[in-house]
Amino acid sequence: MSWIDKLVRQSPIEPIQKHMHVAVLCAREILPLLDAMESADDDSIRERRSEIDRLEHEADAIKHEIRSHLPRRLMMAIDRRTILEILDYQDSIADTTQDIAELVDQRKMYLPKELKTSILPLAQRVVAACEQGQRVINELDELIETGFGESEVARVDEMILELGRLESETDDLQDKAARTLFSMESELGIATIFWHQIISWIANLADLSERVGNRLRLLIAT
Amino acid sequence: MDFFSDIPLPLLIAALLAFYMAWAIGANDVANAMGTSVGSGALTIGGAIIVAAIFEFAGAFLAGGHVTDTVRKGMLDMSLLDRDQLIYGMLASLASAGTLLIGATRFGLPISTTHSIVGAIVGFGAVAIGIDAVNWPKVLQIALSWITSPLLAGVIAFGIFHLIRSTILNETDPVRQIRKYGPAFFFFVFFIIGLVTLFKGLKHINLDLNLIQALAGSIALGFLGAGIGAFFIRRVQIGKTDPNHRFDQVERIFVVLQILTACAIAFAHGSNDVANAIGPLAAIVNAVENVDLTAKAPVAPWMLAIGGLGIVIGLATWGYRVMETVGKKITELTPSRGFAAQLAAASTIVLASRLGIPISTTHTLVGAVLGVGLARGITALDLRVVGNILASWIATLPIAAALSVFFYFFFKGLLSA
Repeated sequence: MSWIDKLVRQSPIEPIQKHMHVAVLCAREILPLLDAMESADDDSIRERRSEIDRLEHEADAIKHEIRSHLPRRLMMAIDRRTILEILDYQDSIADTTQDIAELVDQRKMYLPKELKTSILPLAQRVVAACEQGQRVINELDELIETGFGESEVARVDEMILELGRLESETDDLQDKAARTLFSMESELGIATIFWHQIISWIANLADLSERVGNRLRLLIAT
Repeated sequence: MDFFSDIPLPLLIAALLAFYMAWAIGANDVANAMGTSVGSGALTIGGAIIVAAIFEFAGAFLAGGHVTDTVRKGMLDMSLLDRDQLIYGMLASLASAGTLLIGATRFGLPISTTHSIVGAIVGFGAVAIGIDAVNWPKVLQIALSWITSPLLAGVIAFGIFHLIRSTILNETDPVRQIRKYGPAFFFFVFFIIGLVTLFKGLKHINLDLNLIQALAGSIALGFLGAGIGAFFIRRVQIGKTDPNHRFDQVERIFVVLQILTACAIAFAHGSNDVANAIGPLAAIVNAVENVDLTAKAPVAPWMLAIGGLGIVIGLATWGYRVMETVGKKITELTPSRGFAAQLAAASTIVLASRLGIPISTTHTLVGAVLGVGLARGITALDLRVVGNILASWIATLPIAAALSVFFYFFFKGLLSA
């Protein structure tokens, strides 16, 4: 039909933003999950887990959809590899959240009060870092619209710096949480190992969000 | 039916075929040229039909003469052809291009009418009459322009996109910037169209302006355009700022600019493509009327009018349906990109029309879109389309030539009895 329409292909930007949106929704589920863990309610833990599973599946579906629409012959404003890498980091956010929920459900990890006071601030900061990552990804269409114009690039750079600050805050909070955990080692026993795993996974979500930002920064720096 | 029996048979066939060509150009090509504007919401289907009808006709009638001259007699050495050879050959060219056009429509192939007509004329000239009958330097110039026109359009589009990026999109208040610079783009488009049309372009309606007069007229036309632009840009309802789509307001104003360039594309298309239908007809009319074949007579206005009318009827009868299908799909090309690409393509085509070079509108537009893509303005371009077009570019010429040789002998057998 119209050759111009065949030439200009559907942009993957909106699906990527949608994917990040779902991944961050998934990461946000950590907070209600912690509540459920504190109340030691198996039913509500399972409920949180199934919601996380659902979001992870949704993210997966979007990822496959994007990948199957990115043949090599496309000429793109953002190169194919960058798009696939960003997509992978975003997807890992949902995957890691799923790992946490899985372990919590399988081993019935009920959260003790003392531990919650140090894990909750960490989780909140992590969620904030994920949301900042989403804000950065939401600028992708504006970056394209301005053709990677200087003022838009500067704006995104500033947002990525903020993301870095949030991530380094989570490092400190992770350190605190781990120290609290090890001070409780004698009463927790073997569970200490699993709690340590959960703390690392939660902190890892912020790392992944930062990696999304850093990958984008490499792109706009060129 | 005494009237019809008075018209010589070749002329009747030629008129029918030429009308079919013009009809088909209107029905298919125009939808291609205007589709992006409909898809991006810049024009409604009805609006696109009206704009296309007005500007296609204006382009064909006011600026279509140069290319028509080239198609009529530029590619062949007229002193080596006799009257009958020219008549059979031009009929064969129309029939060949018409057949290809039907095939292209049927199978959805990216075939250019321009390429088929040029291939057909060179084909019958070289094979049926003799290698020497073809004006090879001219043909080479045309073939080279098929490479240079998309390239030029691409370079211009790249430049225009950089320009709107630095003057509008990259500024802190892009809406204010586009209100300021929008009318300047209107000035530019009207000025170029004016210059191309007025400078020695209107001989056939007895208006022969020198450069100074044409410049003055074009500047006046440019200011008129700027005024129209300012008026429409001010009227745009830009709506509220959406923090997630901060450039929606600017794009809404770009819609006005894209409508402008859609008009320019329609004008340019009319000025270049009408020749594909009318050039061979004009040659046959001259031959039938026994005018000296090498004479430098300008193309008669009534022929250009017929071509323009054919395009408009094609639009109204079939183009509407084509446009409906194109328009239902939302184009990924946003108004600012569509504007940059169309402005570049229209400038290139109008320039080629003024120089009398038949080029392909679609190929030029594709080149322009690639130019915007190279400026990192478009997220994803499918390079296979470029490959398809290159392939059809190469395939069209021998097929058109072979068909035309076949039709040449067909018409010779039919009419020389």
